[in-house]
Amino acid sequence: MPHVAGALLINGLISPLESDGAPWLPVDSLERLAGWELKPEGACQGEHCVPIPPGREAEFVRDGRFNIAALARYLGQPVLHDEPTGTWLIGESAEVRASNLRSLQAPDFTLPDYKGVSHSLSDYRGRKVFLVSWASW
Amino acid sequence: MWQALYAELGPKGFLPIAVAFDSRGVEASLPWIEAAKAEYPCLIDRQHLVADLYDMPNVPIAAWIDEDGRIVRPPEPAGSNDAFRTMDHTTGAMPKESLDELRNTRRTYLDGLRDWVSRGAESPWVLSPADVLARMQGPTDERALAAANFRMGEHLYELGLEDAAKPYLADARRLNPDSWAIRRQSWNLEHPLKAGGPEFWAAVDALREKKYYAPIVMPERS
Repeated sequence: MPHVAGALLINGLISPLESDGAPWLPVDSLERLAGWELKPEGACQGEHCVPIPPGREAEFVRDGRFNIAALARYLGQPVLHDEPTGTWLIGESAEVRASNLRSLQAPDFTLPDYKGVSHSLSDYRGRKVFLVSWASW
Repeated sequence: MWQALYAELGPKGFLPIAVAFDSRGVEASLPWIEAAKAEYPCLIDRQHLVADLYDMPNVPIAAWIDEDGRIVRPPEPAGSNDAFRTMDHTTGAMPKESLDELRNTRRTYLDGLRDWVSRGAESPWVLSPADVLARMQGPTDERALAAANFRMGEHLYELGLEDAAKPYLADARRLNPDSWAIRRQSWNLEHPLKAGGPEFWAAVDALREKKYYAPIVMPERS
């Protein structure tokens, strides 16, 4: 099998990883790569902060880097690691998906059209949107 | 498939957004998009992100979303029904009564869309928040893990690592056996024609009394 550089897949983004081990991201790029920001209160998404569990700091933060897989596991998100390719994939937890759906607000997403132009569902507020799946298979 | 309806209802604020669950990417979807001469957004979703976000287990499945971004009908078959199961597996021929049944379901569904577009929240097709919630199964831990495995498999497939992708796709199928999108897409990645071949028909026949497309619940009043 050809060696492929390690990568992190999270929030629909793919980022290269520098090492083969756990996905330790530089704290100053944590928000750009994974959508979290490290603050004195803990790991934050905007106003919403998750305190780092006391006594377990070293699992999460070390030498200016943050282990995003440790946080994801702590939050009950699926974490997959394909060792041969060094690929880490972090999914969304069922709990977050369910609570988003319970709000009845249509979850936003961004995808390319067939010409490569990005569209977000939220671009089309003010219209009645018929969101429909199909496939060529 | 939706261009005629868009041409009719677009001026009244109606917009189809078609999402192709196609891990083979735009090359697979484009011939259909071009043939449909679609003028509404036709998005390519190689990783089935929308299937995961909205818990859409199949195609064609649609959700209706109002002007404020609120779901007024949760994902349900977009005018399709199980009459296709009478199709001859080789010739694709169908008995007349099945064709009529398909046509009737589709016509009723399209009339429902027209009613929603013209009457908005007053349309009986618009469900109350409680009804929307009651009709959404909601994600489970298994489905969340299935989506993650599917995405890993799809990623490895895109890298050209088909053998490495297979166990992840198999886990995705096992964890979410109700998802025809995962099942048929992973067959399709093994071979472009496998998703509609003998394996597909055997799996449909194995449903017996269970539905392939859940029946659409029609309004009681109109």
